[in-house]
Amino acid sequence: MPIEVLMPALSPTMTEGKLAKWVKKEGDTVKSGDVLAEIETDKATMEVEAVDEGRVGKILVPEGTDNVAVNTPIAVLLEEGEDESALSKGGNAPAVAAPANAAPASEETKAAPSAVQAPAPAPTVPAAPASAPDSDEDKFFAKTVKKTVREALRDAMAEEMRRDEKVFVMGEEVAQYQGAYKVTQGLLQEFGERRVIDTPITEIGFAGLGVGASFKGLKPIVEFMTFNFAMQAIDHIINSAAKTLYMSGGQMGSPIVFRGPNGAAARVAAQHSQCYASWYAHCPGLKVVSPWSAADAKGLLKAAIRDPNPVVFLENEILYGQSFEVPEDEEFVLPIGKAKIERAGKDVTITAFSIMVGHALAAAEELAKEGIDAEVINLRTIRPLDTATIVNSVKKTNRLVSVEEGWPFAGIGSEMCALMMEQAFDYLDAPVARVAGLDVPMPYAANLEKLALPQVADIVKAAKQACYR
Amino acid sequence: MAASRRRSTKAQTDTAPAQAVSSEELLHYYREMLLIRRFEEKAGQLYGMGLIGGFCHLYIGQEAVVVGVQAALKQGDTVITSYRDHGHMLACGMEAKGVMAELTGRIGGYSKGKGGSMHMFSREKNFYGGHGIVGGQVPLGTGLAFAHKYLNDGGVSAVYCGDGAINQGQVYESFNMAALWKLPVLFVIENNKYAMGTSQERASAGELHQRGAAYGIPGYQVNGMDVLEVKEAADKWVNYIREGNGPVILEMKTYRYRGHSMSDPAKYRTKEEVEKMRSESDPIDQLKSKLLAGGHADEDKLKEIDRAVKAIVTESAEFAQQSPEPDPSELWTDILVET
Repeated sequence: MPIEVLMPALSPTMTEGKLAKWVKKEGDTVKSGDVLAEIETDKATMEVEAVDEGRVGKILVPEGTDNVAVNTPIAVLLEEGEDESALSKGGNAPAVAAPANAAPASEETKAAPSAVQAPAPAPTVPAAPASAPDSDEDKFFAKTVKKTVREALRDAMAEEMRRDEKVFVMGEEVAQYQGAYKVTQGLLQEFGERRVIDTPITEIGFAGLGVGASFKGLKPIVEFMTFNFAMQAIDHIINSAAKTLYMSGGQMGSPIVFRGPNGAAARVAAQHSQCYASWYAHCPGLKVVSPWSAADAKGLLKAAIRDPNPVVFLENEILYGQSFEVPEDEEFVLPIGKAKIERAGKDVTITAFSIMVGHALAAAEELAKEGIDAEVINLRTIRPLDTATIVNSVKKTNRLVSVEEGWPFAGIGSEMCALMMEQAFDYLDAPVARVAGLDVPMPYAANLEKLALPQVADIVKAAKQACYR
Repeated sequence: MAASRRRSTKAQTDTAPAQAVSSEELLHYYREMLLIRRFEEKAGQLYGMGLIGGFCHLYIGQEAVVVGVQAALKQGDTVITSYRDHGHMLACGMEAKGVMAELTGRIGGYSKGKGGSMHMFSREKNFYGGHGIVGGQVPLGTGLAFAHKYLNDGGVSAVYCGDGAINQGQVYESFNMAALWKLPVLFVIENNKYAMGTSQERASAGELHQRGAAYGIPGYQVNGMDVLEVKEAADKWVNYIREGNGPVILEMKTYRYRGHSMSDPAKYRTKEEVEKMRSESDPIDQLKSKLLAGGHADEDKLKEIDRAVKAIVTESAEFAQQSPEPDPSELWTDILVET
């Protein structure tokens, strides 16, 4: 049966082109790989190679023809043993049947390679992330011990490393130096150098290495000395860790934790003082967690290590030395995706995460003196955001103040505004207020740095405005 | 020290391996290379018909590299590469149907149509992608080697990258850690002479196989157009790596006949250059001559292989068009592992 040669698409955007030149003429023999013709696309002149073997029986589109639509038959090839009489028979089989929308047939689905699974039923409309189970944390607080955030993080890692041989920690100065901020203190002594690994200063290298190891089923905890340095590694956090599960059709995920201090420390200026919450929270495929208290730090880090997904775990250097009550029970694990109402109130809702939770609670005390009863929500997880807790709170208070240390533009506060528009518009009695870091690189001078970061007074002022006071 | 270890592995290939390698193995390499060639030609054709979209990077001309290296690997070894990946998947034993259906973006593809040409994976066949960021697969593959060592499973990680990727900084971060920790990793540089449109001479100072010298990583240049030379070098160095000696770099001198991707007219090189490689150094033609001259097979036997390969490719193309597009609900699956 003669084979039709079709006008090829030679770029992702080409719909038609010019048949510039026939390199083969009627009667010529053709082997696969031979150049048949030259075609001008929207971008360049390209050579078209034959895929099938045979003899050029007839050229259907003469050279020099403009605007030949993709998939138009341009020539007919005769197969071995055929002569020109075959051309008149009609019904030429195109080299490959035109695709269009091949009808889905159950038989064909069954013929899928074994590596590929049938699609699982899924919602047909975008749904908000399923709400995480309620936290059962209260029962664990019956028996607590005072710990610093630093100790709580270390305990979380140590407990999970005892529990699962596949968990290991790597990063700069995590082993012999005992952690640049002493978060990994004692881990080398207990777990040895196989599982507590000092890396060179090589962020994209060890982040990528960690992701590769996680593809094979290990559960790396990758410590960045600070998240400022993770900008070197962000390609692997997003392109490799966050997207591979999707790109592989669910075959290969990345159970990994990227952790380290985030945001401003003190007087370390612009390159070392930045909040990455909204950067990572932008990306599907990642979970983003940012604890405030030592209990948060312990319960959430344990959850992050156990989670089969990549988790970006944003700590805060200033909080490392602060002490909080932490449950003693090793089974104290907090759910990712669940916020915590740290202080109940009825007049205004204040959302915050990380170090700003402390500021928000201090602001609430100030507001109480003026007769304003603020509800403070510790977000704990940025992605997936616990929208239900926030919306339910605003339904009660009718006012929202979002607090974050990062820049305002496209920040977490912007997301709060969108959330209110979409899910709580009718409940709002005042515009949503954003308290954020100023829209400037972090200055070094002590007075300027203080001005650039949200202070308790800024939160008080915003909350009073929201209450028209 | 590393510089003094430089040694060409070319020497004996014309005679020794042909005798050392069985007819059965030779025919296997022939079939594997031919399958990749025919598969890629068909993919190019389907692209031309608008059935495959986006970027599509064909492996035509480079077949001896992956077939020779894979022949030296064992069950349990892992493989990772960049976006010119169809040949690697076929050489890892992944089914042509699943690969082609991924190219057409259908549910029967290895990634359910959600990855495309550049993003396919198979845990079963230990193929870890399929990565679209130039050089990104090198630390990932070094991480696979780290996992082999951590798990003490005796496996080796084969990490392929091109002559373009070799100028990315993260490649050297990987070399450093791989050497420092003696990770079981074979870095295969597929030097096809052009990083998209930029020739090696215009992009790379020095010799590529010496790029690991500062880290003490042995590096060798191999004729990547001859599957037997590739196999011989890979055999030797994979064993060396498996014995716990740390990483090795093999620079495969190869050539791609087609453009960088489907929309590249390849004006940066002459037709004569391409024609010379095709007519004098084609990996499939070379092996075919050896098979016939050495009495390993006759024309009929080779034609039988041709027909069998063509049938697989035709079947894959049909499957790739008949398999339905993914259901819209697939948009929302595989974003996170449900907990």
